Amino acid sequence: MLCGRILENKLSSLYKAGKIVGGVHLGRGQEAVSATLGTALIQGKDIFAALIRDQAGRTAFGEPLIDCTRTYLGSIEGPMRGRDGNIHRGRPDHGTPAMISHLGAQVSLVTGMLFARRLKGTLDGCVGATCIGDGATSTGSFHEGVNMAAVEKLPLVLIVANNQFAYSTPNTRQFACVDLVERARGYGIGGFSVDGTDLFACVSVITEAILRAREGRGPQMVVARLLRLCGHGEHDDGFYVPNDVRNDHYGRDCIEAAMRQLVEHKIATVDEISAWQDEIAEEVQRAVAQAQQEAAPDPYQEDWSSLVTRFPLSNNHSAA
Amino acid sequence: MSVTYIDAIREAQETLLRNDPRVFIYGQDIATFGGAFKATKGLAEMFPGRVFDSPISEDAMVGLAVGAAIEGLRPIVEMQFADFSTIAFNQIVNQAATHYYRTGVPIPITVRLPSGGTPGSGPFHSQSLEGIYAQYPGLIVLTPASVSDAYHMLIDAVALDDPVVYCEHKFLYRWLKAKSINGDHLPIGQARIIRQGKHATVVAYSAMVHEAVRAADRLQQDGWEIEVVDLRSVKPLDIDTVLASVARTGRLLALGESFPWGGVTAEVVARVSGEGFHLLDAPPQRLNARDTPVPYHPKLWAAHRPTPESICQALRKLLAY
Repeated sequence: MLCGRILENKLSSLYKAGKIVGGVHLGRGQEAVSATLGTALIQGKDIFAALIRDQAGRTAFGEPLIDCTRTYLGSIEGPMRGRDGNIHRGRPDHGTPAMISHLGAQVSLVTGMLFARRLKGTLDGCVGATCIGDGATSTGSFHEGVNMAAVEKLPLVLIVANNQFAYSTPNTRQFACVDLVERARGYGIGGFSVDGTDLFACVSVITEAILRAREGRGPQMVVARLLRLCGHGEHDDGFYVPNDVRNDHYGRDCIEAAMRQLVEHKIATVDEISAWQDEIAEEVQRAVAQAQQEAAPDPYQEDWSSLVTRFPLSNNHSAA
Repeated sequence: MSVTYIDAIREAQETLLRNDPRVFIYGQDIATFGGAFKATKGLAEMFPGRVFDSPISEDAMVGLAVGAAIEGLRPIVEMQFADFSTIAFNQIVNQAATHYYRTGVPIPITVRLPSGGTPGSGPFHSQSLEGIYAQYPGLIVLTPASVSDAYHMLIDAVALDDPVVYCEHKFLYRWLKAKSINGDHLPIGQARIIRQGKHATVVAYSAMVHEAVRAADRLQQDGWEIEVVDLRSVKPLDIDTVLASVARTGRLLALGESFPWGGVTAEVVARVSGEGFHLLDAPPQRLNARDTPVPYHPKLWAAHRPTPESICQALRKLLAY
């Protein structure tokens, strides 16, 4: 959680200083949900298709900070090599697909990864998780993907972060059901609700959902209620979020709440947390500094090919 | 004993399922029912757990295939009609087609599109979308016109490491027959000159190859020798074979069944004009379907797509220039 927040604060500063081109979209307010998911999944075994506000989850799942800073800063050394940027990153062959911007599209993709593993006989208790926002639940792609995962009875874990606003559009203009978790019943999958600002609640609910999926009980959906504590991106000040929404329970900062919980339950002291923050800030600084000194992609070295296949194929090419 | 175009497609899938454990087929009504056109007839029984009925979810069908490809499998997705692939457009052009360039991880999927018009099929069961898909980087777009190519190009498509949009023509399914599936098995990306001539070149693909040959037969009665090039794959486009043909004939007609704005025929004309302007004795011409939805009534449909008559007319104009 802390790492996601500190790293993203740095990314925001770099963006505002003009050091990052394109957009910067933060997960501020969603760290408890995302980090819980990333922590509960098993790296090297499970699949985690992170979405736009999952910096905390990516780090918790084991993504090195340098993968993030290299992608934002356009280093040729990063996983996307300057060909894609910011949150559109991943190592799909290592269980972390790289999202496209078209929302809902990852649901069937993760379903397909799980489907393949079952076909190959390598499913072996692993799960595939993806996150999505309240807005993306309105897409056809989301519906098709969830329904297909349900029909195929695959261990998909779907975390819906209902942060109350899709860009600027409030829930009332997005869906008409009382709570998105009602949809789980319609799909015939497991459904959970959780207070996304409460770390302990997130741990308990998301862990349970993952366990059920792992046990072969089909797709599980967790709807986490929270508030996005920033604009859609750093170009947006979120002026449209009314004050009463900001000031209600879900408008609280999940990280501050988690710190209080940790101290109250004597899991960590204020000094320890402070030391973690210092340590993380140093790591973040190192990752930024390293990516900043690396080469940018060179248009003259780029091979400008979008295919693996190199044409023309020889006459004796025969696949049969 | 004869083999139809649809037999060849079914046969290719049987061969693929038998020889490659990474292959599975996912699509609507393809298991017990054997597919709307019977392209997978009997395969679900022969290969249990490898041929799956899908929900009516074209987007998720391709999304699932992309995910499976990431995990090392070689899915074949059957669209019930090419027209319905527009629902999967995002997954094809944004997810599958960009994946290798963005991440370095290839997506070897084959999406089969039952394409083109047949009498009575109407606006939503008749479309030819090869030009739309060819516009996008990261896709290979195949348009087989013969029984042998239908077989071999599907086998080759699945072997390629890139996403392939395989456009099979519904009109050819049962109409086109051959003695066997054997053929010259040219590699993907190479066009074939299927009829030699010296007065004009018709560049065509898929069902239009056969209409071009019919037109060439008619013009032959008047002494014209028309060369017909079957592109076989519209992307990559074998412009060398086309240019070599135009160098012999000096005249070009690019022929396609899809809508007239842009598309494969426009690309052929643009490439020949740019790279072979000096070879041309007449302005290069295009002939496509009309700029309306594909009509339902057989009489309207037959006049919507290029016909031997309209092709002859276009060729006569070209020859008279």
